[in-house]
Amino acid sequence: MSFSKLGLRTVALGYLALLLVAPVAMIFYRTFEHGLAPVWEAITEPNAIHAFWLSIEIVAIAVPLNTIFGIGMALLLERGRFRGKVLLGLLVDLPFAISPVVVGLALVLVYGKTGWFGGWLTEHGIQVIFSVPGIVIATAVVSLPFVARETTPVLRELGTDAEQAAATLGASTWQTFWKITLPAIRWGVVYGVVLTTARALGEFGAVSVVSGRIEGQTQTLPLYVQGQFENFDITGAYAAAVVLALLALGTLLAMNILTRRTRGRTTV
Amino acid sequence: MQKVVMPTRKVAVALSLLAAALGLAACGSSGGSAKHLTLVAYSTPQSAYETLIPAFQATGEGKGVSFSQSYGPSGEQSRAVANGLHADVVNFSLQPDVEKLVKAGLVSPSWNQNATHGFVTNSVAVIIVRKGNPKHITGWSDLIKPGVQVLTPNPFTSGSARWNVMAAYGAQLKEGKTPAQAQAYLEALFHNVVSQDSSARNALQTFLAGRGDALIDYEDEAISDQKKGSPIEYVIPKATILIQNPIAVVGTSNASAQKFVNYLLSPAGQRIWASKGYRPVIAGVAAPGQFPTPAKLFTIEALGGWKAVTKQFFEPETGIVTKIEQSLGVSTAK
Amino acid sequence: MLGRGLLGLYLSVLVLLPVAALLAKSGSGGLDAFWREVTGPEAQAAIKLTLATSAIVVVINAFFGTLIAWVLVRDEFPGKRYVNALIDLPFALPTIVAGVVLLALYGKNSPVGIDVAFTRASIVLALLFVTLPFVVRSVQPVLIELDRSMEEAAASLGAGPLTVLRRIVLPTLTPAIVSGVALSFARAVGEYGSLVLITGNLPFKTEVGSVYVFGQIQNEDLPAAAAVSVVLLIVALAVLGALTLVSRWRSKHVL
Repeated sequence: MSFSKLGLRTVALGYLALLLVAPVAMIFYRTFEHGLAPVWEAITEPNAIHAFWLSIEIVAIAVPLNTIFGIGMALLLERGRFRGKVLLGLLVDLPFAISPVVVGLALVLVYGKTGWFGGWLTEHGIQVIFSVPGIVIATAVVSLPFVARETTPVLRELGTDAEQAAATLGASTWQTFWKITLPAIRWGVVYGVVLTTARALGEFGAVSVVSGRIEGQTQTLPLYVQGQFENFDITGAYAAAVVLALLALGTLLAMNILTRRTRGRTTV
Repeated sequence: MQKVVMPTRKVAVALSLLAAALGLAACGSSGGSAKHLTLVAYSTPQSAYETLIPAFQATGEGKGVSFSQSYGPSGEQSRAVANGLHADVVNFSLQPDVEKLVKAGLVSPSWNQNATHGFVTNSVAVIIVRKGNPKHITGWSDLIKPGVQVLTPNPFTSGSARWNVMAAYGAQLKEGKTPAQAQAYLEALFHNVVSQDSSARNALQTFLAGRGDALIDYEDEAISDQKKGSPIEYVIPKATILIQNPIAVVGTSNASAQKFVNYLLSPAGQRIWASKGYRPVIAGVAAPGQFPTPAKLFTIEALGGWKAVTKQFFEPETGIVTKIEQSLGVSTAK
Repeated sequence: MLGRGLLGLYLSVLVLLPVAALLAKSGSGGLDAFWREVTGPEAQAAIKLTLATSAIVVVINAFFGTLIAWVLVRDEFPGKRYVNALIDLPFALPTIVAGVVLLALYGKNSPVGIDVAFTRASIVLALLFVTLPFVVRSVQPVLIELDRSMEEAAASLGAGPLTVLRRIVLPTLTPAIVSGVALSFARAVGEYGSLVLITGNLPFKTEVGSVYVFGQIQNEDLPAAAAVSVVLLIVALAVLGALTLVSRWRSKHVL
């Protein structure tokens, strides 16, 4: 038993070493190979700082929206009764199967100046494309399915016994959800949120089409990375990429801490 | 049977987040005051503008003018402006990218009726090789020799890459070949192309990562990269194309826009462009010998202008280059 | 009902309207034009390459993803927490960084002596990198919540570890694996940024669907770009739909 366990571990870790650890190590190496000072200079550059905060802002809006949507959709798909569930599930996955650049294009076709709602939006002085709301929408679209898809299998595995018991005991739907369902699906939600955040942070393709890349205004951190590459500032590009990686790691850490804290309070 | 749980508090949170997002929409873009300029340009001149803009702001005309800048692939930037991205001055890689905006009614049709025909910088197509030129590449004919690996950005995903293809083709004509022979040259050239990156910068990255023997690129890129210490040299072929980058004012409401363009075309501005590796468009600015003139320099006009060239060479189904790519694919896929 | 309405609104604003616009654009030249655009030789080559490489990638992911999730949940070793944290990284990195790094690691100047750049293998490599988290993160939550009593019961009844795996664990994990595979496939089909650098984008050889689509956008041929995108989308959806149906069927027949 322990021999095969060791074997499994070796294979898994070997695969990860080649595919994951080596590239990440490479990134860190390339970032710091000229020392700490150029990195610090690069990330404290005003455009970099603005790009950082813009990305945070986008994530702070898109991720909660997608989380609520994802949980709601998972509940609908697993606990609701209606026809066309498979179709609905596919709709949620839809944006994900489209190349990000095309997602951006589609958004411009709908919300751009010459798009379907272009006239109406211009009349009311609302700018979606080439402004922050457009970036939020594009980011939300490409990171849409994760919470739903992570939560659905867990919900199904869960079964409805505990929820039904709570209902017969007089618990309201909100109580049942908050006290029974949510704690049971928390790991699905956690990983869904982590994936959504990671994707939202790193999104480049769709955002590059809808943002307009105005430095200091609509340039997210990934766009900044691209810009620095194009401008021969390799250290700056890598430094910003490291910041993104650290943000993703931080999200996972935060979610882990949050989940462990609530663990104690949710035993039924 | 469990009815669907849809707690209202969740809904309230969702609504408030949506409202927040829409609230941002109402802010929209700050309309330009005359003392604010939005520059939308292609990627390459970003480092040049780092010097040019402060220099402009130090002059009387530029005093107190603040800037918003956006850089990206020329075609994408042009499309963005056509789709509603606010811009006061645009500087692109190819003339067609400005013509797109004329068609969209954003740039005046007389934009290029000035002394420099609408162009702000020049460059030439060159061949970048490894330091020491181990394969002894001296011109276009060396690129079709067997065993020579050539890099060029994809002319279908990078409009700017079309300069490279037309440079190679036009050079053949200038050397006295017939159009049929020039076409045959292009076929042989693409046979040796081992990578078609999506942009010039990516192609350079690929080259520096060890791939290929020669990279067709623009002189200003080669100069910038050399300055950064990359182990490369570049060869200016005897016959090559003059790359002309256009600049235009968008709309008529921003007074500072024309002043900025005038500065960029002035001797002071052109001197800064020259120091960054761009050939000036006015005489008397470059130092003698700074930019050697190829013996057989030609422009895109000699090949019929971009409109005709795009149709003849890059049309998705009938273009000459399209057909070459297809025939190469078919022959190697067998 | 308000909840469903809001969900529907969100879905419409974000997905239905843009996709409808895409469909409209792809058909704007008429059905003939649509057919011509998607059956052109270069488009066909790109579409086939995309689908073939994506299929290979999801098979590899299904296997290794489950394995990695298993090791991360059931095994204990020093540094496990850090390995777990790293899994999502490929995701948070802008795709251009992934491309640059993979080129540096597995191209001509490779420090580990592996050179696959500009080959079809490089496509698989880049896709594996960007789709790594999906199966792992899909399977992990289910594994964590899995009730081990059934496995223990089976073991005490004399079932070997392989049988326990096959009869008890895998069926329960199947919906999660399928979910992760679906995400992997969808991402692989649409992936662009990490592929542009390492593949060389040679038409008919290493040019994938998304690169071809991007080229068409650059050529101002939006209907063609939309058309090929729609084809890729339909195939991806068909695969996703089939996988979902299979997983539902299987989970119905388990207990």
